[in-house]
Amino acid sequence: MLLLLLGIVVLHVAALVLLFVSTIVSAWVGNPNSSSDLWTNCTTLNGESRCDPADTGVWIQAVQALMILSIIFCFLSLFLFFCQLFTLQKGGRFFLTGVFQIFASLFVMSGAIIYTVMNSEWVHESESYGFSYILAWVAFPLAFISGLIYVILRKRE
Amino acid sequence: MLSVLALTSMVLLGIASQTTAIVVYTSWERHALVGTDVRLSCSFFSWQWTSPDVTFSWHYRPDGAKDSIAIFHYAGGAPYVDNKGPFRDRLEFVGNPSRRDGSILIKNVDFADNGTFTCDAKNPPDIAGRPSHVRLLVFEKVPVQAGVITGAIIGVVLGLLILIVAIYYLMRFLVARRVFSLSMSKHGKKGKGKEGSQQKQKPKVPLVFISF
Repeated sequence: MLLLLLGIVVLHVAALVLLFVSTIVSAWVGNPNSSSDLWTNCTTLNGESRCDPADTGVWIQAVQALMILSIIFCFLSLFLFFCQLFTLQKGGRFFLTGVFQIFASLFVMSGAIIYTVMNSEWVHESESYGFSYILAWVAFPLAFISGLIYVILRKRE
Repeated sequence: MLSVLALTSMVLLGIASQTTAIVVYTSWERHALVGTDVRLSCSFFSWQWTSPDVTFSWHYRPDGAKDSIAIFHYAGGAPYVDNKGPFRDRLEFVGNPSRRDGSILIKNVDFADNGTFTCDAKNPPDIAGRPSHVRLLVFEKVPVQAGVITGAIIGVVLGLLILIVAIYYLMRFLVARRVFSLSMSKHGKKGKGKEGSQQKQKPKVPLVFISF
């Protein structure tokens, strides 16, 4: 049973780590010469690279906010899980933890969708999606499944 | 004691020898919409009293140009506004030299007014100083500042979360108080010692299992 607990926590932490990496590393779109993400656009010309802050469009800021919110909610749900582990009655469900985790997954999903749909405004045609973008899409089902597991989990003394 | 006195006097002398340097202040950048009026403020700091011979002068260098042109000069108590250059009939002096304010107002800005404005102030005998630059950027529509919408979305969602949690606890508190007051009024003063010995679970290692 301890193994199950460990597995659930590992899944949760994996989703959190993916969210962190996806938000911070600058590789949402890129080509061999440049990469850009939510925060900066970096280009390398003739061996010299420079980074400019990202455009201040409305949609990119919405994506930034949604990614940060998903990290916050994932963190909160991890914290709530450990709280509820020690305070829940026998047979109770980790409902609150699951709800927060599902919210986190929904935020990641909305952020990724908005980025996919609106990125023609700030992305060059020659650029293809980078690994941070893929990580964001992978984090969404991970967080969703983790949230669902919490909702159907019952506590045993 | 003597050494402290010597040190203090040296520091004061050092400050005194710096007093004949005037410091001019302007904004760093000004953003304006096409067609609006923009006020470029210029002020200075000087250890001397404001002299009646105080002078302000503004120069303008368009974006990409090499040289700057003089557009405004205030001297001998009278302002002299440019009436031949790109700002003729659009420039107005709105400053107050006796209050060390040498601001000018540019009316009806256009995209051609993008550039760097330099303000130089002199307060005799305090004349050694550096002029200060302010950059004018003219926009068709004001762009959204970076991070405003991000912060707003995050703030609203977290605020809602805190509000919901607060309301939940408030409701629980109110319901519990109502139940308590109802039970008190029903049973009078018969103190039933049932509360308090309900939670006896010792926190062992908690285990979980999945069930449907």
